[in-house]
Amino acid sequence: MNLLRSENARTVLALGLLSGAFILFTGAVGMIAAFHEREIVNDVISLGQLLLLLAPSAAGFIAADRLVKGGAAPREIISGGLVVGLLTALPTVILLLFNSEEYRFLLDLTLKLVPFVVATYYAWKLHGAGSDQRLIIGSWLALVVLIGIVTFSFALIFEIKGDLRGVLPNISRDWVDVVTFDQRKELMTGISTLLLVSLGAGAAGSILFMLPPIPRKALLYGLGITLLVGAFGETVRLILQENVDRDTLKQIFRRDTLRQDPALMLFVVSTAAGFLWAMFGQQARLGFSNLEPSRRRAVNGLGMLIFAALLLMLPWLIGRTLSDVAVTIGIFVLMGLGLNIAIGLAGLLDLGYVTNYAVGAYILAVLTSIGPLGRLDGVFTFWMVIPVALLAAMCAGFIFAVPVLRMRGDYLAIATLGFGEIIGKLAISDWLKPLIGGAQGVQAIPKPIFLGTELKNPEQLYYIVLFASLVTLFVSIRLNNSRTGRQWMAIREDEDVATAMGIDTARAKLLAFTLSAATGGVAGAIFAAKVGTVFPNSFTVFISINVLSLIIVGGIASNPGIVIGAVVLIGLPELLREFSDFRFLMYGALLVIMMIKRPQGFIPSQLVSHEIRAGVKAKIATAD
Amino acid sequence: MALLQVNEIHTYYGNIHALKGVSFEVDSGEIIALIGSNGAGKTTTLRTISGLMAPREGSILYDGEDISASRAYTLVAKGISMVPEGRGVFAKLTVEENLDMGAYTRRDGGIKADLASAYELFPRLEERKKQVAGTLSGGEQQMLAIARALMARPRLLLLDEPSMGLAPVLVDGVFDTVQRIANEGVTILLVEQNAHMALQIADRGYVLQSGEVAISDTAANLRVNETVQRTYLGID
Repeated sequence: MNLLRSENARTVLALGLLSGAFILFTGAVGMIAAFHEREIVNDVISLGQLLLLLAPSAAGFIAADRLVKGGAAPREIISGGLVVGLLTALPTVILLLFNSEEYRFLLDLTLKLVPFVVATYYAWKLHGAGSDQRLIIGSWLALVVLIGIVTFSFALIFEIKGDLRGVLPNISRDWVDVVTFDQRKELMTGISTLLLVSLGAGAAGSILFMLPPIPRKALLYGLGITLLVGAFGETVRLILQENVDRDTLKQIFRRDTLRQDPALMLFVVSTAAGFLWAMFGQQARLGFSNLEPSRRRAVNGLGMLIFAALLLMLPWLIGRTLSDVAVTIGIFVLMGLGLNIAIGLAGLLDLGYVTNYAVGAYILAVLTSIGPLGRLDGVFTFWMVIPVALLAAMCAGFIFAVPVLRMRGDYLAIATLGFGEIIGKLAISDWLKPLIGGAQGVQAIPKPIFLGTELKNPEQLYYIVLFASLVTLFVSIRLNNSRTGRQWMAIREDEDVATAMGIDTARAKLLAFTLSAATGGVAGAIFAAKVGTVFPNSFTVFISINVLSLIIVGGIASNPGIVIGAVVLIGLPELLREFSDFRFLMYGALLVIMMIKRPQGFIPSQLVSHEIRAGVKAKIATAD
Repeated sequence: MALLQVNEIHTYYGNIHALKGVSFEVDSGEIIALIGSNGAGKTTTLRTISGLMAPREGSILYDGEDISASRAYTLVAKGISMVPEGRGVFAKLTVEENLDMGAYTRRDGGIKADLASAYELFPRLEERKKQVAGTLSGGEQQMLAIARALMARPRLLLLDEPSMGLAPVLVDGVFDTVQRIANEGVTILLVEQNAHMALQIADRGYVLQSGEVAISDTAANLRVNETVQRTYLGID
């Protein structure tokens, strides 16, 4: 008992149980089995098995960090890693036993014992507190009966269904296959393998932490890059496909999976590169900051030039499928930059941004469609309608802003949320059906034509999105440093004081909503041209929420942050399509983790990092 | 003629009758103190003058013009600046950005010079001009709020409880500053709970009591007025 009371032991226990719960949960929702479908290295490890390894080793790594701070010796740290590994596997092992034919009786036994154990525990506690004997016996009996009823009903359900699948449908054969490393037939061997792997991973995590910093960094780089390339093998293959001949490709990949030798080579090379970076990266950075300002600018300029060239050549480098993803990302970057004017700069929480997107899309659809709903017979081209879509979205932004000008904070959010819903309902309504097609939407939207060529591939549409994003980026950087931007920031900080500075807050807010809507309209129009059809169910509240999330995850009021946010929140789910619903689980988990661990976003704007540092300072000040 | 003339204003919060016919005058170059206990209507009076609230009855004449229906933001350009209660600095903007915001309505070339004179008045702010305002101490934030209000080149400065929440040592400094600003020719309307300090620098004072002016006199007379001494100065 003394051991359990020590801080270190509790840390290890908590981390082990946490990673155990993670494995159990991901298994029970079916994530492990689904992830097993994607192999990382051919015949070596799958993404599902990676989860089984990653949880204990990450927990072991973190445990080692805490133990070192708690002053533990190396031997204790490794045993901490082992315990974490054991605890990680334990819940899964118990579930495996309960689920098997031979050891089902354990479940029955547990269910029968639980009421007695729990009741006795509490009776013991009451006894320790010096309660009356009759009270102790009475509460013991009551607890046994109460808990007994619950466990009995559970037992009954299992009895009827025959196995755990009645309650946990994803505890399937596939799951058993993954967690026993394909040894379903010999359960005990499978369980031992799982335990060994988990113990090893936990210990490996803690040993990794104890390595000197340079090899540790190098190994982490190597592992990270190899696993990423493996996990996104399909994507990497698509990129290589554009530039490498088929035979070489076949030697690297077996279908979409990395072969063993190339994987090993990649690991060695990336570890070596990581090693060099860890050794000399610091010096390189130091050398860079010691350069004369003119030279430094030259190096920066060169970097920018390379980046620009990459952006321009991107479609040729990544091929069609990924270009399509890039266009989607670009559409969301456009919307992110737009919404950021309202949220990031002016502090107006607009949850109805989809309105502008829908207006832009429908304007383009109706004005250019050559189908039955496009009565204009294709007189207008994409290029002529883009400004119209922009203006229409601005009008929509303006109209919806007028009634909510006096609202603040949460009330504004709710009202704008309502507007978004209204647009969705209008789009699907019978009332507007003759105009915009109701649930059938508008079809046959022609692709843009540029200098006689039809831009029908994502590789070509990419340039439209790129151009629009760059223009928006330029405008929003200019706005950020302008008088107009300042007035928005003042309103965001304190509306009353802003008024006292002589700012016409109503006018400034109208301007923010209107400008913010503009890029939404353009994004919608590009979307409509890309897809070729426009349906009402493309315009749900999830668009608004996606745009909001990418701003927050990337870094509120930070332009580069918004681009990164769009890549992560829009791009990654596109690449994980085969995992269907689990994408949203991961998406949600990412949001929660981000808000806890890095509330300022990936690339925080100066302003927000100021604020967070100020918060830390304030905390330190109050702690004194 | 008075620079500011408040005639019988009635202001309501919803159904609550907060100001029940308040009248007073502020002459050019004066320091006027509005004193009174919590809830007497001091801040409401300031908010009404500055246009953040509209009086239901009565008029407010500024330089002969009725401003009782004017929107708050239009008054800054007319020369009325306010230092809001609780300082109200833009916590996430730097000191210099805060000062720039003060000159928001101005488009003349004198902003740089005024920034220099603000730093002259408050050297402390110059030391911290790149620092985020939220990290300043209470006293520094008060300086910043006052300096920011001055950046609009006001003729009339409304100060709402400048001593609130400050350490006693700093309170003296703030009132010193107010005196110096007045010496530069800025008319000052000061709302204070710290009647003792306010009446030391003011020329005249008005005592507000539950939404009405109870006593009005010169500051020197108010200091020796028995009721004021008992109620607001803590002298028996």
